[in-house]
Amino acid sequence: MVPAIEVQNVEKRYGALRALAGVSLSIEPGEMFGLLGPNGAGKTTLISIAAGLTRASAGGVRVMGADVVGEYRRARRMLGVVPQELVFDPFFTVRETLRFQSGYFGLRDNGDWIDEVMHHLDLTSKADANMRTLSGGMKRRVLVAQALVHKPPVIVLDEPTAGVDVELRQALWNFVRRLNRDGHTIVLTTHYLEEAELLCTRIGMLKAGRLVALDSTRNLLETFSGLQLKLRLSRESLPPALEPRLVSRQGDRFNLRLDDYTELEQVLVGLREAGEAILEFDLQPPDLEEVFVRIMNRHA
Amino acid sequence: MTGFLTLFYKELLRFWKVAFQTIAAPVLTAMLYLLIFAQVLEDHVLVYGTVRYTAFLVPGLVMMSVLQNAFANSSSSLIQSKITGNIIFMLLPPISYIQFFGAYVLASMARALVVGLGVLAATAWFVELSIAAPLWAIAFALLGSAILGSLGLIAGIWADKFDQLAAFQNFVIMPLTFLSGVFYSIHSLPDFWQDLSGYNPIFYMIDGFRYGFFGVSDVPPATSFAVVAGCFAILAAATLWLLRGGYKLRY
Ligand SMILES: Nc1ncnc2c1ncn2[C@@H]1O[C@H](COP(=O)(O)OP(=O)(O)OP(=O)(O)O)[C@@H](O)[C@H]1O
Ligand SMILES: [Mg+2]
Repeated sequence: MVPAIEVQNVEKRYGALRALAGVSLSIEPGEMFGLLGPNGAGKTTLISIAAGLTRASAGGVRVMGADVVGEYRRARRMLGVVPQELVFDPFFTVRETLRFQSGYFGLRDNGDWIDEVMHHLDLTSKADANMRTLSGGMKRRVLVAQALVHKPPVIVLDEPTAGVDVELRQALWNFVRRLNRDGHTIVLTTHYLEEAELLCTRIGMLKAGRLVALDSTRNLLETFSGLQLKLRLSRESLPPALEPRLVSRQGDRFNLRLDDYTELEQVLVGLREAGEAILEFDLQPPDLEEVFVRIMNRHA
Repeated sequence: MTGFLTLFYKELLRFWKVAFQTIAAPVLTAMLYLLIFAQVLEDHVLVYGTVRYTAFLVPGLVMMSVLQNAFANSSSSLIQSKITGNIIFMLLPPISYIQFFGAYVLASMARALVVGLGVLAATAWFVELSIAAPLWAIAFALLGSAILGSLGLIAGIWADKFDQLAAFQNFVIMPLTFLSGVFYSIHSLPDFWQDLSGYNPIFYMIDGFRYGFFGVSDVPPATSFAVVAGCFAILAAATLWLLRGGYKLRY
């Protein structure tokens, strides 16, 4: 099967700065893929190269098999991009903006679909309002609608929930999930890791222009996180049998690692045999934020 | 084709929605020039021996307005889109660089011609004009506006800020238009300045355009046409080359 997006050894230099230092990855059709990384990691740069907004210094990107430089017209028809920056044209209304965008993609008589997209994004009441008069969240919705006017098989959302209230965030993610169910490939970036954990089946992490992790969300959570067991114990010492599990301690508070839930019993047995009493207990499931922090630290 | 037509239409709508600034204002400016210069010079000057100064001045003003507005339209549209960032809406779709060029230049020409007709219509109240060779006039108006539309596109691509664009306008476009014979026949200039005018492409646009009205000009119209057409070919090629490589647009 042809990958939805195929990134091959992409490098991008801005003068002395290497914004991307040789990135390769492949996103399959139908995937919900999360591209994560700290500020300046190169996420937007990579998206811009895939969208043809920026030229790679080396390497190449294909969208549904079409090279984004050599076959740019086919590649661009396959791709819908929601940009990170809140941009708009102050001359026009919401409906005009969407009609133009649809026309740029060569579509005429696209009014029904435009109405449907506006409806799903709760924009119908603002259809004839000038872009200038919309709130930030509304402008963000128009950006999403603009990316969808040509029904692209691959949709890239660059931090669509930055500065967006809870309600819209939920509505947006529901909509995105629906698009994914309907067969669209989704690529998204976000700094809200719980969102990525919830939505994405696979995740790539960028740091300083390098891909430092690429795996399914489940694998990442399992390999890196395990379970975190936080204990406060009556005596300020840990039974020697449990020492290998110790991650950190502060006074009588101990932070232990478990690989899975079955190990909990061994820990409890060990504590009882040593005559320890548990004063506080907290068992946390794997969480992407911790995985993220660890991966970023490992590549510091 | 729909992509091109949509972009063209969007560019038309952009200036049409603010027609007061983009059409009415330049017409008024041209009228002021006419009032002032004609008032001062009408009784003193006969050009080509037979043409009254006011009549001589009108085609020059029309063409000056055409050229300046062609330049202003493409350059300001592009730099606004670049600075506000909404240029990406035109860069994301599968619009080819040739279509992009065509849409911007044709929209510039449309605004330029509307302004030109406006100036002509407004001045027709005051001045009696002959139209000796209308096809020449039309040809020069079309080519002249296409050239300045392309030049505006280049300036808009190149400039990162509004003041850079203003500098381009003040240090390149304005001197070239003012020293092109809008307000005088170059035969009234000293030799040195006459020779220098020969290197100014805008001189040929204005001179050729004026031939369309009076059937007389400083240079034969066919010569002017060759110069202007050559200029257009060079500028169009340069603009297309910049757009194709994505210079300053897809960096
Ligand atoms: N046009 C440019 N000129 C010079 N440097 C640039 C340009 N665009 C991006 N950079 C640099 O490239 C690096 C990657 O930027 P990029 O915008 O891709 O990061 P990001 O991962 O999207 O970050 P964020 O989470 O803040 O959006 C940064 O160091 C940035 O300063
Ligand atoms: Mg970014």
